[in-house]
Amino acid sequence: MHIIDRRKNPKSKSLGNRQRFIRRAKADIRDAVQDALRKRKVSDVEGEEKIKIRSKSVREPSFSLGNEQGRRQFVLPGNEEYQVGDVISKPPKGGGGGGGAEGSPDGDGQDDFVFTLTKEEFLEVFFEDLALPNLVKRKLASLKSPAPVRAGFTSDGPPAKLAYTRTMRNSLARRIALRRPKTADIAKMEADLAEAEAAGETARAARIREELEALNRRRRLISYIDPLDLRYRRFEQRPQPTTQAVMFCLMDASASMTEGLKDLAKRFFMLLYVFLSRHYQDVDLVFIRHTSVAAEVDEDTFFRGVQTGGTVVSTALEEMQRVIADRYPVDEWNIYAAQASDGHNFSDDMARCMELLNDDLLPLCQYFAYIEVVEREFARSRFASQLWSGYRDVDALHEHFAMRRVSSPGEIFPVFHDLFARDRAEKA
Amino acid sequence: MAATNQTDAKPKRKRPAKRKSAAKGAASGASSTLLYQGSEWSFDQVQKVYDAIEEIGVGEMGLDIYPNQIEVITSEQMLDAYSSIGMPLLYRHWSFGKRFAHEETAYRRGARALAYELVINSNPCINYIMEENSMTMQTLVLAHAAMGHNHFFKNNYLFQQWTRADAILDYLDFAKAYVAKCEERYGIDAVEQILDWSHALMSHGVNRYVGPRKRGGREDARAKQLARLEYEEQNYDDLWRTVPKATNDADRGRSAREPNDLGLPEENLLYFVEKHAPKLADWQRELVRIVRSLSQYLHPQRQTKVMNEGCATFVHYEIMNTLYDRGRIGEGEMLEFLHSHSSVVFQPTFKDRRFGGLNPYALGFAMMNDIKRMAEHPTQEDKDWFPDLAGCGDALGALKAAWADFRDESFIHQYLSPKVIRDFRLFALDDDAEDSEMEVSAIHDDAGYRNVRRRLAGQYDAAALDPSIEIIEANLSSNRRLVLCHTVREERLLDKAECERTLQCLANLWGHRVKLLEVCSETQDVLVEHDALPRPL
Repeated sequence: MHIIDRRKNPKSKSLGNRQRFIRRAKADIRDAVQDALRKRKVSDVEGEEKIKIRSKSVREPSFSLGNEQGRRQFVLPGNEEYQVGDVISKPPKGGGGGGGAEGSPDGDGQDDFVFTLTKEEFLEVFFEDLALPNLVKRKLASLKSPAPVRAGFTSDGPPAKLAYTRTMRNSLARRIALRRPKTADIAKMEADLAEAEAAGETARAARIREELEALNRRRRLISYIDPLDLRYRRFEQRPQPTTQAVMFCLMDASASMTEGLKDLAKRFFMLLYVFLSRHYQDVDLVFIRHTSVAAEVDEDTFFRGVQTGGTVVSTALEEMQRVIADRYPVDEWNIYAAQASDGHNFSDDMARCMELLNDDLLPLCQYFAYIEVVEREFARSRFASQLWSGYRDVDALHEHFAMRRVSSPGEIFPVFHDLFARDRAEKA
Repeated sequence: MAATNQTDAKPKRKRPAKRKSAAKGAASGASSTLLYQGSEWSFDQVQKVYDAIEEIGVGEMGLDIYPNQIEVITSEQMLDAYSSIGMPLLYRHWSFGKRFAHEETAYRRGARALAYELVINSNPCINYIMEENSMTMQTLVLAHAAMGHNHFFKNNYLFQQWTRADAILDYLDFAKAYVAKCEERYGIDAVEQILDWSHALMSHGVNRYVGPRKRGGREDARAKQLARLEYEEQNYDDLWRTVPKATNDADRGRSAREPNDLGLPEENLLYFVEKHAPKLADWQRELVRIVRSLSQYLHPQRQTKVMNEGCATFVHYEIMNTLYDRGRIGEGEMLEFLHSHSSVVFQPTFKDRRFGGLNPYALGFAMMNDIKRMAEHPTQEDKDWFPDLAGCGDALGALKAAWADFRDESFIHQYLSPKVIRDFRLFALDDDAEDSEMEVSAIHDDAGYRNVRRRLAGQYDAAALDPSIEIIEANLSSNRRLVLCHTVREERLLDKAECERTLQCLANLWGHRVKLLEVCSETQDVLVEHDALPRPL
């Protein structure tokens, strides 16, 4: 009999199978992720996700008997009161027994298959849709962006990291402590010996020789550099210095923003959030929605609630200004703002908006992104909305202002392009 | 806890340790010492316990086992093993990933506990034990798997006939490498397609009635064939393409084959596809063959769940009690064992929320114990029902004979006694899909015993597990149509949607039109026809 310890075997033997499974169910998973995004909070975008997919693409058919017709016999345990000939009414369909696909009319059994996507897998699907360049994707997906930081010395490590000075210092200390004979002492003694021999003082020569031998032995036993002395430079992966940021989500909540447009806006907010959360340890979210009046709301209301009324964008900007003044002192917080709108604004309001942006808000913000979400059919039209034509002037004045018009998730990313480009430029 | 992935439902319910009284405890403990104490286990202890168990199992009970190999794994590795149908190594396929994702989700949610152990029908017999188990659980598991299952694997006729314990690990290794090689060469998608289609037919990849084909010297021939294929590929010369093809005579000779030449009717769909599908390339045939071999290897386990678990549970119960009687394990450990033992063999009644069919551990263990009881202390009823067995005195001999020569269906048919029927309070129901009510047709009384027994045995019959489908016609000369026939019993038709999907897989493999007739077993009327044209993705 052998006992083998397999616990140390490489883990996740079935990783290959999992990858194949996800590849197989890609289309379904993508749909499920879209669904999940709708339900998720902006700040939850990075969590693990329990995904429920339709079993269509991962079906494993086999010949099996249907339960809809024919006669069956069962033998069951636990009879308490039945006699032969008794009649029992059938349990309601679906419970117990068969449990299999109940075959909807189009032949698609709807047994949902539930499993959990890891954070990485979820983000990968999320990014895939957004058409991020690979470099950016990698940057975002790496869980933290740690940098190696010197963290003292260690007694173990690769030769390349050998710390010579420290090693030699240890060696020296040890040699002194153990009284390793110095080369000079031995040389001197050898000279003495030669002198004594030359002088014919045999007794002295013998004594010196004996001493010399002892010294030499000691020297052999106590090495010059011992494995004990070795020190290596140690590095620790430390997250880069982090600070805090606040992200303002501004959105037009008037009725002209359809569900689809709101979804699109949500994707935009999520991506900005993911990006910010890479750079800052704490990211606060502030949701401000507006019609003809603006209010700070919680996330659910922000995306779900419907309001009627006109559209006055400046109210939202004023609200943002108020919140900044109240809670987010500029010297402690990095302020980011993302505005999503379908472009409508009360025409007399534009001047006020521009004034607010140019004079008050933009000087406070690290970055202000505006996306105009439009239905696909209008995406190509040349028509410039109120906001668009107004903001174009702002865009010309300020580097950290970005604006885009998007009609599908894939168009969102370019909005961030400037931001990343700036980031790269700073690093270079 | 058999080699197929199977979790032990572990409903918590304690049964008092009634078998061992205090008097026994006093009688023991004279000379021998405790094998271990506490719940932590170590390799030395496992070795020591294994030796003690082997001494009892092999030395005294006379079990005949393969050498054991015990492998300690983590819960994650156990999940891994689950998803690959309990195989230690297996080719890559998304369906295993699916299973893993499913098991993992259920496990993390706490909905399901993992099996304590997994055992592979191989020589040496591989037992996986989990590092999370306590020492008592390791002892139980060793007695259960390394003795019980192992003996069953080695001695049951189905396993002897269908599986080759010596070769399975090598074969799986080969299969894994071969599939990987094909993926590299022909692309993951191409390989996946063939495996998908073959998996769909997996339940019809065995010859249930005639037994496996003779294998004499075939493996050598196969090796040669593979080598020749490889040689041909290496020495491929385009010149040969220009040489005139054989004349039509040869073709005609081939196409003139009668259905009888094809061995029709053929119930082993995968075998037929592998041998005769007109359009498959050689590597595709080999993939089909790999799936078929796997199906064949797993076939006996599906047919011997009750016996296999019954045998292993009986053996672990005997061994643990012997160990306790001799003072080799302590009181607390014995209680821990009884606790998990009784939850393993717990049978909820049909009204219980936990009810999920008859528990093979419970039924198997009850029947094995019953055989022992009848051999040693028969009642008059037993003598009437089992004249040969009752009072024969050699319980172990009788059990070993049963373990060797039966499968679930025949075992229940032969050995289910009125006492077990009464203990389980079994009753039979007739269910007609057209009625809204079911009728009780037999209960545990004199009039009903035989009826209940016959029906219960019928539930474990191979025909009750899978619909009986055969290939009855294959046209290899003109339109190459394949015709299958499902023999409909008790008006039970195939699940339509599933059937059409599966038939599609078969059509894809076959490469031409495939037709499935559902024929009533009594009137020979064709009830339904399904049709599928190949539609490779």
